[in-house]
Amino acid sequence: MTDRCAFKLPRDRFDDLLQAIRQRNYLLLAPVERDGSVMWGEIEGSRELAWGKADSQAPGSYRLEAGHPERCFEVTHGPQSLKSLTFSPRQKLVHVRCGDDGLTFDSEAAESKPTAVIGVRACDLAALKMQERIFIEGEYADPYFKARREKLLLVAVNCTRAQPTCFCASMGTGPAAESGFDLVLTELEEGFLVAAGSRTGEEIIASLNLDAAGEPEQEEARQAVEACAASQTRSINTEQLPQAMYAAHDHPHWDDIASRCLSCANCTMVCPTCFCHAVEEVPTLSRDESERIRVWDSCFTPEHGYIHGKNMRPATRERYRMWLTHKLAAWIDQFGSSGCVGCGRCITWCPVGIDLTAEVAALLEKDA
Amino acid sequence: MNPYAIHAARIAEKIQEAPGIYTFRLLFEDEAVASAFAFAGGQFNMLYVAGVGEIPISIVSDPDRARELDHTIRVVGRVSEVMGNLQEGDTLGIRGPFGHGWPLDEARGRDVLVVTGGLGCAPVAGAIEYIFRRREQYGSVKIMHGVKKPRDLLFRERFDAWRQHPDTEVLLASDVAGRTWHYHIGVVTELFDEVEMEPERSIVMMCGPEVMMRLAAEHMGRRGVPRERMYLSMERNMQCGIGLCGHCQIGPYFACKDGPVMRYDRIAPFLGRDV
Amino acid sequence: MSEVPKPRLAVFKFASCDGCQLSVLSLEEDLLVLGGKVDIAYFPEASSRMLDGPYDLGLVEGSVSTPEDVHRLSAVREQCGKLVSIGACATSGGIQALRNFIDLDVSAVYPSPEYIDTLSTSTPISEHVDVDFELWGCPIDKQQLALVLGDLLAGVKPRLPGSSVCIECKRRQRTCVLVARGEACLGPVTRTGCGAICPGMSRGCYGCFGPADASFPPGRSQANSDALALHFHEALKMDAADVVRHFRGIHGYMDPFKQTAAKWEDDG
Repeated sequence: MTDRCAFKLPRDRFDDLLQAIRQRNYLLLAPVERDGSVMWGEIEGSRELAWGKADSQAPGSYRLEAGHPERCFEVTHGPQSLKSLTFSPRQKLVHVRCGDDGLTFDSEAAESKPTAVIGVRACDLAALKMQERIFIEGEYADPYFKARREKLLLVAVNCTRAQPTCFCASMGTGPAAESGFDLVLTELEEGFLVAAGSRTGEEIIASLNLDAAGEPEQEEARQAVEACAASQTRSINTEQLPQAMYAAHDHPHWDDIASRCLSCANCTMVCPTCFCHAVEEVPTLSRDESERIRVWDSCFTPEHGYIHGKNMRPATRERYRMWLTHKLAAWIDQFGSSGCVGCGRCITWCPVGIDLTAEVAALLEKDA
Repeated sequence: MNPYAIHAARIAEKIQEAPGIYTFRLLFEDEAVASAFAFAGGQFNMLYVAGVGEIPISIVSDPDRARELDHTIRVVGRVSEVMGNLQEGDTLGIRGPFGHGWPLDEARGRDVLVVTGGLGCAPVAGAIEYIFRRREQYGSVKIMHGVKKPRDLLFRERFDAWRQHPDTEVLLASDVAGRTWHYHIGVVTELFDEVEMEPERSIVMMCGPEVMMRLAAEHMGRRGVPRERMYLSMERNMQCGIGLCGHCQIGPYFACKDGPVMRYDRIAPFLGRDV
Repeated sequence: MSEVPKPRLAVFKFASCDGCQLSVLSLEEDLLVLGGKVDIAYFPEASSRMLDGPYDLGLVEGSVSTPEDVHRLSAVREQCGKLVSIGACATSGGIQALRNFIDLDVSAVYPSPEYIDTLSTSTPISEHVDVDFELWGCPIDKQQLALVLGDLLAGVKPRLPGSSVCIECKRRQRTCVLVARGEACLGPVTRTGCGAICPGMSRGCYGCFGPADASFPPGRSQANSDALALHFHEALKMDAADVVRHFRGIHGYMDPFKQTAAKWEDDG
């Protein structure tokens, strides 16, 4: 955890921070309790956060339980990452009018409202950075992603609690938020530690007249984050990647996975880096208008590998292999680092609890 | 620039090349779009049919004449089926051009071997004409093309015209015989034995069924053509054309963005695989 | 100049609850558009004007459950250029196909069973005649219906996604009821199309759009209902009889749900 110029934010001044952000015309989004998990919800103040709640995640299982009554960031994360905020699950691209004189096309304007996201985790920042590389730093910039990203203000929270499904430490992405945020919080026994990661963040802190944090608070924060890293039980051995994944193409273990996998695509939906999308054509019944709408897609759908009459990946075995080989091998060749940030969502939100860390370990065994 | 923006184009001409195969000559409706449009041989456009969707189609016309954009389609899927029913004067949409085309610069001073199958002759046609207009800059040109049945042969006149160029051979093959077929009977790879080549100074451009290209590349490799001088035009499910939608991956490559024309040494490990 | 006659549409009913035909009527504004595009020649649910065939497009609701149905269906097929089966009954035999798993005894239900002339099974339309397209759901989804009708009338091959309900559920940013609450949910193996209604109301999907993963290319569903059934039993502590009940529902006669239920029936 890099030492930044940290300040003490007493619990009873947390709302001052939130109001300082709101005064800059940001909508506040934070993880709020919904249907047994947390989801990004609009808040007005800290009261609406998940105080006294903690999550308990395991393969195929998520439960909200009682947590430390004085804490609001004990819930590690819900199914959402930042993905839905920048790469919208449903984005209208083009409106088409079909008149007697031919076709007229109107591209959807790329617009977004200033939005501050409170409680972003290190794994999500790493995933956002990866998605920025994909959507806006490549040959073609996606205007919709770009517009949304530019309007985000990110308030990170260092993780002091790891789930059994977390393995960010092994992927080198957490549990401390190192960069890519405007502000970073660490929740302590008495209030928070807050530090800036951007000019805007510095200005917000400056407006609050906070006391600089002393060594005891900094030490408490350091220890909490280190303990969180040390408590992680899952990992992926990244040393042999990407070659070992490519080499595992004909491993019999893919069949074993396919016998358990539902091909339901939940892993790819909750994955904060998965970027596949399809474009749906939605014409009116009269056919004088149509819309082209981009929606989240997945390599687990029967359509994904389809090309006139042939399906490149007809069965679950090939689809899971596509996902994992892409995520852990091809991704490195494409974008310079792994597509997995170790958030563990694909393990938790897999309805049958398939654990990619275990599958990778089995696939990289030498006896293929 | 919004890469999802579609521009209206009118069908100026529709030519039936073979049963179920049509060439559409398209003109942009908007003059500004038309004058700004430039492409390289082997690049493709996403062609849009209202109410149905988009499909990636290679531009088969001459890159030097980018105002008239020819696209040859085969009626095989739900979009191309409707497209095949469009008539002169109808409009469709164009987004493009996308992808990387044929290595026409690298090919300068080299012997050019073109190996195609079926409709695969279309994506190379523009590049071949580009070469013939600069005939002196290239070595010998050998075009080998295979079809299943004689009636599947399209661009018959173009093949005949290409044959007339100096230091050029055009060899055709059909899997089955026909009364007017006086070329080779068999698969395209059998033509390789009929051509003399200097592997060291050759460059190969291939387009057709993946199996055909793989066999052809292996054969050329045995003849001594370096793997890095063989280029294949790849076909995959493409929805965005700009490397973002994820459908067209071949190993670490995106066929739309890194291809569709790809170097054999790079994609060889992934041919015939599903990831 | 004489106008080109509009295509003639017919809507037929077999063993069913009429709910899918009602979906046609509840197209609202699109119903007017439809009326402008086609001549609704035969639709007894909606109008007493019943014109003879042939028809360009026929929609068939309901399953085949009587000897008379079999004959009438083959006549319907002959009368229709394109035939689309609509709804769970027509696509997989419907809830009434539960009878396919028992020895049917109508005398147990009807006081005068001699008036009942029924087959021992309820079967989907496609088991008897060729269909051009199947529109799934109990009931069918209006938007899917409008899309498919629009495609057919425009000469476009209809296409609907064959992926799971989960994809739509996640696109709508809903919390998974199976993972977060332990609700039995068939979403992972059920075809999308409903808009993930049930999980959106915090309850499990009961599979009313049938098995997922059967459309590309069309054929037998590859949905892994065996793995989900095992999870219901092991993680949700569901007993074998309950596992059978979950998979032998509206689409219980459809593979792979049928096979999964049969395996657990043998177990229990």
